[in-house]
Amino acid sequence: MAAIWDWDYALEILPILAEASIVTVQVTFAGFLLALAVGLAFAVGRMAGPAWLRAGTSAVVEFVRSTPLLIQIFVLYYMMPGLGLSLSAMTTGVLALGLHYGAYCAEVYRSGLENVPRGQWEASIALNLSPWTTFKDIVLPQAIPPVVPALGNYLIALFKETPLLSAIAVLELMQTAKILGSESFQYTEPITLVGAFFLLFSLLSAALIRRVERRLGARAGARR
Amino acid sequence: MKVALVVAALAAGFALALLAGAGEFLPELLRGTLVTLQVAAGGALLAVAAALAAALARLYGPAPLRWLAVAYVETFRGTSALVQLFWLFFVLPHFGVTLAPITVGIVALGLNIGAYGAEVVRGAIGAVPPGQWEAATALNMDRVQALRRIVLPQAFVRMIPPWGNLFIELLKATSLVSLITLSDLAFKAQQLNQNTLRTAEIFGLVLLIYLAISLAITAGMRALERRAARGLARGRTA
Repeated sequence: MAAIWDWDYALEILPILAEASIVTVQVTFAGFLLALAVGLAFAVGRMAGPAWLRAGTSAVVEFVRSTPLLIQIFVLYYMMPGLGLSLSAMTTGVLALGLHYGAYCAEVYRSGLENVPRGQWEASIALNLSPWTTFKDIVLPQAIPPVVPALGNYLIALFKETPLLSAIAVLELMQTAKILGSESFQYTEPITLVGAFFLLFSLLSAALIRRVERRLGARAGARR
Repeated sequence: MKVALVVAALAAGFALALLAGAGEFLPELLRGTLVTLQVAAGGALLAVAAALAAALARLYGPAPLRWLAVAYVETFRGTSALVQLFWLFFVLPHFGVTLAPITVGIVALGLNIGAYGAEVVRGAIGAVPPGQWEAATALNMDRVQALRRIVLPQAFVRMIPPWGNLFIELLKATSLVSLITLSDLAFKAQQLNQNTLRTAEIFGLVLLIYLAISLAITAGMRALERRAARGLARGRTA
């Protein structure tokens, strides 16, 4: 039996894991950008669409939020080829993460949009602005800043769910750690290092979000 | 209204899936559902216990206990649930502790959700008006009595909605145990899919089963919330 913690082995696999972490970060940002866009579409559909669209988006959002991401990843991974869409595992993973967190982001946007006073819409009508211009130039700029911290929390949540992509063989951190472990029969070092990486990144981004939050708060205070 | 809509979609989906001949998959999937429910129930009990312990330690414990609670919460919130699951499954045996996969699942998910729950408990206790503490002191209660009989019952009512969300997170996270060879619902789905390749029917059913359990959790927590609020109101008028 090897020692509990083998420093030589840990240092040997560190560069390999560092490289895999690039994939993790890529997947996180691609997935989150998609989630931001999908979420906005869901939120607008759920608030401003015709009745059938409103009911439809509500049902989709509730459905996506109440079922496991892992199953959604499997569904996309196994069903897309059957529908004639052969996507790489990584694209499938990004798509699944984006759609799943899009449903969460939709609720965040919704709360932001609902907090913009009705009078802003009425004033825009009085100024003869079109609904699209009103939405783009008047409502969205007021709705987004207050919800930035909540969106930031979902960025961290999405980041922490990326290990699930190892289930469809995306070579991100967890998959790499599992392969390293199965080659050397030493799982302690790879899995612990992956955990440490996630902890470090989470703590850093939490601190960063807190700063953004404080700055936004300061700016809102100054404006008042 | 929203719930009624989802329930209608659920019923329609179930009817379609059954019409498509997925009835043959249901018995196997329901066996997996049983394992999923076991992990979810065990995890929920552990999560509530861990959350209460960590929150109370952080609020009222001596310094070392407080640090321990902070370390627990930050570690489990900061690392991924799957990493925690794999760590318990692959690494713990190296330290001479070998747990059954179902125990690993319950412990990992329970501690993970418990770390989030600790912040919920802390927030709910903090939201009880300070006057309640003062009134309890005026009635000559000591701190433990005030906490147990005055503050915690009021905090519990506030905690119920966020705990409902956490239990749904827990339910969804149970699908991860399929990756440590536990034959839960997600595992059975993959197995059936590999054997029959009838992906749409199998995963459609699986998603609907998860949705049904989520809806049941939501309905249960809402009933609990109503009862707790009524209990508190009665206490106030008596």
